Amino acid sequence: MKFLRSLAAATLMLPLLATASDVEIKLDKAPVSFDQKALQHGAKLFVNYCLNCHGASSLRYNRLRDIGLTEDQIRDNLMFTTDKIGDQMKVALPRDDAKNWFGAAPPDLSVIARARASELGSGPDWLYSYLRGFYRDAERPTGWNNRVFDNVGMPHVLWELQGDQVARFVTEDDGHGNKTKRLDKLELVKPGVMSPAEYDQSVADLVSFLVWMGEPAQNTRKQIGYAVIGVLIVLGLLSYAMKKAFWKDIH
Amino acid sequence: MTSKSQELLNWIDARFPLTSLWKEHLSEYYAPKNFNFWYYFGSLALLVLVIQIVTGIFLVMHYKPDASLNSAGIPVAFASVEYIMRDVPGGWIIRYMHSTGASAFFIVVYLHMFRGLLYGSYRKPRELVWIFGSLIFLCLMAEAFMGYLLPWGQMSYWGAQVIVNLFSAIPLIGPDLSLWIRGDYVIGDATLNRFFAFHVIAVPLVLLGLVVAHVIALHEVGSLNPDGIEIKKKKDANGIPLDGIPFHPYYTVKDIVGVVVFLIFFAAVMFFAPDGGGYFLEANNFFPADPMKTPPHIAPVWYFTPFYSMLRAVTSDFLVVLQLFVGWIWVWALMRAPAIGKLIATVIAVLVIGGMFFIDAKFWGVVMMGAGVVVIAFLPWLDRSPVKSIRYKGALTKIAITIFVVVFAILGYLGVLPPSPARNLVAQICTVLYFLFFALMPIYSKLESTKPEPERVTWK
Amino acid sequence: MSDNTKMDDGRRALVIATSVVGGAAVVGAAVPFLASLTPSERAKAAGAPVEADIGKLQPGEMMTVEWRGKPVWILRRTPEQLESLKKDTAALADPESKRSEQPAYIKGEARSLKPEYLVVIGICTHLGCSPGAKFQPGAESGLGSDWPGGFLCPCHGSTFDLAGRVFANKPAPDNLPVPPYMYLSDTKILIGEDSKGA
Repeated sequence: MKFLRSLAAATLMLPLLATASDVEIKLDKAPVSFDQKALQHGAKLFVNYCLNCHGASSLRYNRLRDIGLTEDQIRDNLMFTTDKIGDQMKVALPRDDAKNWFGAAPPDLSVIARARASELGSGPDWLYSYLRGFYRDAERPTGWNNRVFDNVGMPHVLWELQGDQVARFVTEDDGHGNKTKRLDKLELVKPGVMSPAEYDQSVADLVSFLVWMGEPAQNTRKQIGYAVIGVLIVLGLLSYAMKKAFWKDIH
Repeated sequence: MTSKSQELLNWIDARFPLTSLWKEHLSEYYAPKNFNFWYYFGSLALLVLVIQIVTGIFLVMHYKPDASLNSAGIPVAFASVEYIMRDVPGGWIIRYMHSTGASAFFIVVYLHMFRGLLYGSYRKPRELVWIFGSLIFLCLMAEAFMGYLLPWGQMSYWGAQVIVNLFSAIPLIGPDLSLWIRGDYVIGDATLNRFFAFHVIAVPLVLLGLVVAHVIALHEVGSLNPDGIEIKKKKDANGIPLDGIPFHPYYTVKDIVGVVVFLIFFAAVMFFAPDGGGYFLEANNFFPADPMKTPPHIAPVWYFTPFYSMLRAVTSDFLVVLQLFVGWIWVWALMRAPAIGKLIATVIAVLVIGGMFFIDAKFWGVVMMGAGVVVIAFLPWLDRSPVKSIRYKGALTKIAITIFVVVFAILGYLGVLPPSPARNLVAQICTVLYFLFFALMPIYSKLESTKPEPERVTWK
Repeated sequence: MSDNTKMDDGRRALVIATSVVGGAAVVGAAVPFLASLTPSERAKAAGAPVEADIGKLQPGEMMTVEWRGKPVWILRRTPEQLESLKKDTAALADPESKRSEQPAYIKGEARSLKPEYLVVIGICTHLGCSPGAKFQPGAESGLGSDWPGGFLCPCHGSTFDLAGRVFANKPAPDNLPVPPYMYLSDTKILIGEDSKGA
């Protein structure tokens, strides 16, 4: 066992190999909340601002009952493109039109919160930073660019809420005479309908909804998980006692 | 037992060897009594195999291997996975069991193989047990690789693209071969469907057959133990090994404990971290496959990365090192091996050393990766130690195994990182060390001074 | 050394306890697998209630709508046809629909919410074929001079009257099932749901 212990120690040295990687973009931590009010607000924002172009084709409208809405509430407030409660959240916009307008068809957002995880941070962190990271850029066809998604094809659909941000750049010298322009910070130059705090909260709700949408069963999953592990622990104790009872013969 | 059930049993036994099978493989299969922690992983591998087969059967009922786009513009195969996750009652549980099971399978099998390495389970007369095991490992890799294409996400797609393109490195037939494997000019619907067929039926059949062969071969020779000594050498008056105990009930009750403890860990991952921190389910695989756009950083699933690193390590300037390596083994074979060995070594050496001048590094990377897996099967003939178990081997083996494990872990770790010149150098060094572990084994295992093996197994 | 000789009370108790908990765990683990065989959300959405507009249906006319992949017939019966239902109940297998499938609120020989409109699932209760309409009463129908008008199943010759009630001594055991339904308005029927406002 001494051998194994030294082996384990050697293996633990491994992470030292990881070099400080090329992380440039700092993501903000998304305050994800599964509070039903937050999710319902997020759902409303999603349907009003995102669903015009992005589908969520894996999610059915009636699944929104899981976030505390009744079928009538869903039908009256959230369903614009269909009248069937069991339908999936698809977009009215034809894909080919979308491709022509934006250069690429807007991606389906069913699992976007799971897909956007990277070495930079979690999926929700990316979305939270992205939706708060738009700034005015006259060189882009839409007039907008994004801090975490450079040259993004999507315009800032929430701009009325957030207002106009502009980017402040700094020029950096790496010590070898190579100058690089780096985005330092974003400044709000024209306020929107919401205050920055309100806007952040709304984006947080929207991101929370996207996280929920990525795996609607995730709360159930954890609840079942506790029960399963509980049963297994009982079974483990019993089977250990049984093993002991049998192995008392072995000398 | 009541006479009625005894009658039924007699009726069956007259027609099918039920009782004798039970005795041979369970109640009168004598296993050494000193199995330790490492001996749980064999039965656990069997458990995971069963989990994968059962969950797989149910997934096939809902999954659709179809690369065409649905009305929402999502590939049908990708959408059918989300359909299972959301619309099928209990579907997410089954899917997470299967995806967690895939990684669990490799964890368990790697530990099971490491047990064999520690205690010399591959040594005579257990060579066939080891070879069947190596084939199971190979099958498992094929099974996992083809299964990974099925969710039809970006990692599925580009992972398959890269691996299938490896075959195009084979001289002359390569490009046609990879075209034949894909059945299309790119990974497409044809590829998805054939991988599906292989994943759900062809490879599992072979796998099951090999598992049966592995267990039969083991039960023919009997299990080894952490002391690496044969319990059959010391028997009592009835011919039962003195240090042997019936597998049933002793090891059945013990393995049940192992199974439950394993399931606790399994459930913890499955219910609380099914992504496995992005290693079991990669984030990029939640983007549907897009033949027009490669993700910025593609890495295979973690269990392939040690071998994937070896593949990446082979660059054209590294070929010289490999030529020297092969040349050295050739010279050594010429000095030591019997005539037939000399001949085989010469043919291989000429082909490899000569070939490296003509065929580019990409091909040798593939060869290297394959060799990395195949070389494991040769362990029974590389270990020349008079003792089997690490407990009685000398310092050289302990150092070698430590280096081997560290090197394997480093290779695995590098495989998930994007390449850089420094990392590549580390990977090259580790690749050489990996093969040196095997190539030098006949020397260090014979040279080192060993401790005497005990007469009877060590117990408490 | 058989298992029995080694079994003492302590072991037996633990084997039983472990088997019970383990067995319960296996049963629990089987739940998602068995559940996965039940209709999925997609199947449920496809089988959602359907609306039928009966505004244009003339007396004596029948329309067919699809609900859960099955034909649902809506027949607007004439007064004569309704009258025919009251006669000859002796020839029917289950005239009062005691053993046949229909919602609790469907009563009487007309088997409908509004007597005029019959709503039934057009699937024969014998082996699942869809019967054809034989509304013409009498000998011209080819079903004998006492034929009151109804439906004939092409597969095994079961006959049903204009309320979907099966005639006796035919292969089909039960009357045609009546699905749950409700009137959304005078001219709109919702098939598959009867909860709201009912």
